[in-house]
Amino acid sequence: MKLELKGITKSFGALIANDHIDLVVESGEIHSLLGENGAGKSTLMNVLYGLYEPTAGEILVDDKTVKFSGPADAMAAGIGMVHQHFMLVPVFTVAENVALGAESTGPGGILNLEETRRKIREISARFGFDVDPDALVEELPVGVQQRVEIIKALVRNAKILILDEPTAVLTPQETDELMDIMRQLKAGGTSIVFISHKLREVKAVSDTITVIRRGKVVGSADPSAATTELASMMVGRSVSLTLDKADAEPGPVTFKVTNLTVMNDAGQRLLDDVTFSVADGEILAVAGVQGNGQTELTEAVLGLHKHVQGSIVLDGNELVGRSVRQVLDAGVGFVPEDRQDDGLVGEFSIAENLVLDLYKKEPYSKFGSMNRAVIAKNAEAKVAEFDVRTQSSQDAADTLSGGNQQKVVLARELARPLKLFIASQPTRGVDVGSIEFLHKRIVAERDAGTPVIIVSTELDEVLELGDRIAVLFAGKLMGIVPGKSSRELLGLMMAGLPADEARAQLDGTVAGTAGTTPAGTAGTTEGERS
Amino acid sequence: MSETQKVKDPTPPVKESQGSQVVREIMSGNAVISVLAVVVALVIGGILIAVTDPRVSTASGYFFADPGATFSAIWSSVSEAYGALWRGATYDPTARTWQGQLGIFETLTFATPLILSGLAVTLAFRAGLFNIGAQGQIILGAAFAGAVGFGMHLPPVIHLLAVILAGAIGGAIWGGIAGFLKAKTGAHEVIVTIMLNYIAISLVLYLLKNQLKDPTSTNPISPQMDANAMFPLLLGPNFRVHAGLIVAILAVIGVGWLLNRSTLGFEYRAIGANPKAARTAGMLVSRGYITVMLISGALAGLAGVAQIAGTEKSLDSEIAGSIGFDAITVALLGRSKPWGTFFAALLFGAFKAGGTSMAVNADVSIDIVAVVQSLIVLFIAAPPLIRSIFRIKAARREGASA
Amino acid sequence: MSVTANILPSKVVDRVAVRSWKTPILFGALALFAVVVFVLLGPSGHATFRLSQEGDAWQVPNLVLPAKVFGIIVAVVCVLLAAQSYRQMKNDGRIAKWVTMTFTVAFVIGLMVWIIGGTKTQNITLVGLFTGAMLITTPLVFGSLSGVLCERSGVINIAIEGQLLAGAFTASLVSSITHNAFAGLFAAAVAGVFVSFLLAAFSIKYVVNQIIVGVVLNVLVSGLTGFLFEKIMKIKVDGVTIYNQPAQLPDLPIPFLSEIPVIGPTLFRQSIIGYFMLILVAALWFGLFRTRWGLRIRAVGEHPMAADTVGINVNRTRFLNVLAGGAVAGIGGAYFTLVAVSSFSKDMTGGLGFIALAALIFGRWNPIGAALAALLFGVAGNLQSILSLAGTPIDGQFLAMLPYALTILAVSGFVGKSRAPAADGEPYVKG
Repeated sequence: MKLELKGITKSFGALIANDHIDLVVESGEIHSLLGENGAGKSTLMNVLYGLYEPTAGEILVDDKTVKFSGPADAMAAGIGMVHQHFMLVPVFTVAENVALGAESTGPGGILNLEETRRKIREISARFGFDVDPDALVEELPVGVQQRVEIIKALVRNAKILILDEPTAVLTPQETDELMDIMRQLKAGGTSIVFISHKLREVKAVSDTITVIRRGKVVGSADPSAATTELASMMVGRSVSLTLDKADAEPGPVTFKVTNLTVMNDAGQRLLDDVTFSVADGEILAVAGVQGNGQTELTEAVLGLHKHVQGSIVLDGNELVGRSVRQVLDAGVGFVPEDRQDDGLVGEFSIAENLVLDLYKKEPYSKFGSMNRAVIAKNAEAKVAEFDVRTQSSQDAADTLSGGNQQKVVLARELARPLKLFIASQPTRGVDVGSIEFLHKRIVAERDAGTPVIIVSTELDEVLELGDRIAVLFAGKLMGIVPGKSSRELLGLMMAGLPADEARAQLDGTVAGTAGTTPAGTAGTTEGERS
Repeated sequence: MSETQKVKDPTPPVKESQGSQVVREIMSGNAVISVLAVVVALVIGGILIAVTDPRVSTASGYFFADPGATFSAIWSSVSEAYGALWRGATYDPTARTWQGQLGIFETLTFATPLILSGLAVTLAFRAGLFNIGAQGQIILGAAFAGAVGFGMHLPPVIHLLAVILAGAIGGAIWGGIAGFLKAKTGAHEVIVTIMLNYIAISLVLYLLKNQLKDPTSTNPISPQMDANAMFPLLLGPNFRVHAGLIVAILAVIGVGWLLNRSTLGFEYRAIGANPKAARTAGMLVSRGYITVMLISGALAGLAGVAQIAGTEKSLDSEIAGSIGFDAITVALLGRSKPWGTFFAALLFGAFKAGGTSMAVNADVSIDIVAVVQSLIVLFIAAPPLIRSIFRIKAARREGASA
Repeated sequence: MSVTANILPSKVVDRVAVRSWKTPILFGALALFAVVVFVLLGPSGHATFRLSQEGDAWQVPNLVLPAKVFGIIVAVVCVLLAAQSYRQMKNDGRIAKWVTMTFTVAFVIGLMVWIIGGTKTQNITLVGLFTGAMLITTPLVFGSLSGVLCERSGVINIAIEGQLLAGAFTASLVSSITHNAFAGLFAAAVAGVFVSFLLAAFSIKYVVNQIIVGVVLNVLVSGLTGFLFEKIMKIKVDGVTIYNQPAQLPDLPIPFLSEIPVIGPTLFRQSIIGYFMLILVAALWFGLFRTRWGLRIRAVGEHPMAADTVGINVNRTRFLNVLAGGAVAGIGGAYFTLVAVSSFSKDMTGGLGFIALAALIFGRWNPIGAALAALLFGVAGNLQSILSLAGTPIDGQFLAMLPYALTILAVSGFVGKSRAPAADGEPYVKG
């Protein structure tokens, strides 16, 4: 089935998310949509899937104009979508989720899930999914949930499958498996639209690449194009993919985490017996697929978790059992992974956000009364220093772009003399220009002698910033390796192999694979894992 | 176009916690909408008054013979009712006594507990909590104030201060329960406060049969307050307006400072707008929930004091009337701002004072006031509806920047 | 090439020592209460439960229980079960259902015996207790089912009180005018739908906060019915009010079944509204959990965007459900004026709408659970009015508090887990 988009425009009020986008997806091809976070890829796909109504433009399926007033129309036309945030009802079973919207029923609308179960088993067998139709979705790991989403589309006979940033929640190995599934689907005649901002993945799997920047198509490329070329198309100027940073000069070790275990209310171990330390003037990057305990690690340090065992010592002081306030006062700067959820109060002004954890200190307040003049002056200074693009520091923080919001958070957290700096996903959803700026500030803090912990699910960022790299898997520390380690090694560790086992495995396979496949793309070692 | 145009993530609008969205909706509407909402509500009220007036239905019987008669009947029906409402709430030259002419002071009297309880709802609202429980907090405040007011005998001034303090404590306890449960167990404050309203009524009915009963009466009613325990009347014995009004105005100023100037208010607003970010910034969200509900409950408790020590003199189960529920509409009409709440309370106080006069002089049931009040709030909460009625362009803000 | 699906072990690891002690604490407290009150302060003599009325076809002997001895037995059972709940929580991290159920039943029966034993007459007619309770339970069930319909689809319904009141008023007015109770019943459903329409229009179309709309609608309906009551229902023709004399719905006893002691008069000697209630509870349960209709509604209430992406119109589903809820609550309101009493009076629902909300929550958003909670609250309410005449060890006001207090315990997590639909109260707006 051939799909064509002609002049699609979608605006939200004054904001134009998609600007006259033209795109042709040929039958049976894997067509990648490459672009930065916020370039407008997801919006475009939501238009295609009938979730948003386009402001202008038309969609053609097999050269016939179609009009989608909702996802039902898109599905009827043979379009299926796997959303970045899964569209599964957590309290339903797999079968109920798959059936929803296309249920088989008996007399009086009575549900009959047998048919659905049979189809799920059939598709599972074909692709080796191993999905139990009667499992509750909320109890499944994310990788399996993603497969449920794919089954959902296939049960509806999707001829075009849209995958929106599907690898964000997967390990490199799981990503390889997904790519194999994509190739299998393609062999069966399904067209795939693959949305990603990860160059390596796009190069590995695509037949055609279309690059989108600021809501516009800026060109298309061949998968064999050079990485730097794709990157500069995506960003709009030549970018250095590597950060100039001097080697670390580690000082004494002032931050130690010993046998740290974090549990949730149900008693599950989210972080399991983790031990490591960070020296002054050193960046420890924590890698891992999302949801493997990184969030819990940083939150445990900050004192946000109730059920914490073990010890966290900063400068000789135990932090476990302290309140957030006390931890911050002990000299910890903290950039949370989700700035809009945890880092900023969206409707507060930039000035207010810049004192969100300093408001009780003089000179910002005295005797419980805030000093607005001082707060405003502070804001002017910080906005200038961190190059926050805004009309006024009295504007609400949620009027800022992602990158500028992140600058506000960083400006606030670096405003105090720090003994430890922790940043989670410091550049998620941030434009490339801001990324460079943010990275430089983080390295500058390291060079000033502060121990720094960076948590990131982006391997590129981990490799760029980390002087040493720790890898978490299922709440356990797989090991700490030097900053210049290979992607393969980190990938195996992110998939659950301890560092030495991963090294041993790489040494064993090096003869067979070295040099013949692009880094990180090949199905490295499936057969040998058991 | 300005040069520094803001580039947002072109992702769909971020989903935010519902509380913050509500706060923003309530606070961001403009004054025109508020005025128009009042107008539309009054018009609908007028229609109700007209269609239920027998004179109008009689005249409409010969509508085609004499349409003018129908319109004049409608006019006299509605104008009499609203005229009586207006005069009753402000100045009525036709009243028999000169005290009766000055309805404005009745307005102030009715407004006093509304200001205090409206502030209670406003304050909690800004911290992201829906305090539906002002009713129960008023009852508890009045019960505590009453227990001190007629159960103890203290010198002047001291007795009144003790009564005020007791009332605040009573309300604070009742509000604090909801805050505590919200903070410690996550129990939804709307449900808890609704339930506490009814528990408060049962509790007071029980107390009125036992500990707080007036031994000389067979009804569930308490003894009268000591003279020392009463708010002094501001304008002498001819008017009911009492010193509770001063307490209420001080409370408006106090809550204004608390919300806009103090570090505590900064915390409350941060918690209300984004509790997770507040927590990450080192604020104690659960302590915030508890303290804000304590203060909110105390304010509602003061409204109970204004009732028992201002106008009612003794406790019964009807002490709170409908004040606790009116407080919610007052806070919404006042857009959750302290002075907005003050003026909204004045308006609703005027409705109450005028509604009584309307019932007597124009034979229009005071229930119409509840209808008009609720319509006002509905219209204010839905600006697009008012805009479509009056065909006002919605794109005000965008137009301004172009 | 075959793909080996090496599903990675999820982050679910072993469960360890984090446990909720709320239920064992609550049970412990209640067991202590049982020991102190039922045993130490227990009345002597006997509590008599009369199961048959005079004139019943089958006469069943009275149930006579020695109050003190029975109190001791109940207290012992409660203490043992409380200990068991502590043990289970310690060992397994959860409490078996039978423990909770048995504890609840034992405690409630113990409480009843204590209360009855403590009255002057020391006896109670169970038939009277339950048939009287149905006067409260019936509107409660309709109200809470209205809540189930709305909240399962994601719209919080605080306006149950207003829907009931509108139904009661309209039923009386229309039934009086037409002299036809069924016309009144139908009109009541329409009135409920009208209130629901406002709720749906403001909360779904204009995205006004649902709690605000609900609260305001209650005031609106109270004001409107109060105003019209004064203006219309008090109109007298020849010295009698004619617009508040509704034709009533008669009781329709089912032969044979209505002769069963206690159950017969309670369930099978009702008006048509009562039978409709029984059918509705069962039908709604079946519909919600066994049909396509229910699956879609629950999906809309749990994850509206997921429902949208499979082609379910979220806001239309919600709108229809809210309207249906209004019809149900309107019929419940009609019960007041067509069955329970013979005319409308101002604010006659007296907060029952909020108890219905409580029943909904206490019944965990499940039609059957809500109906059972409504029955419990109805019995408590009726016991209160029976006992206010009989002179009891416990003040009736504390029984009146019971539904509210239980609901607070439920939402605080002391009584099981009550989990609202995930998107309850969240408006759905797409780009």
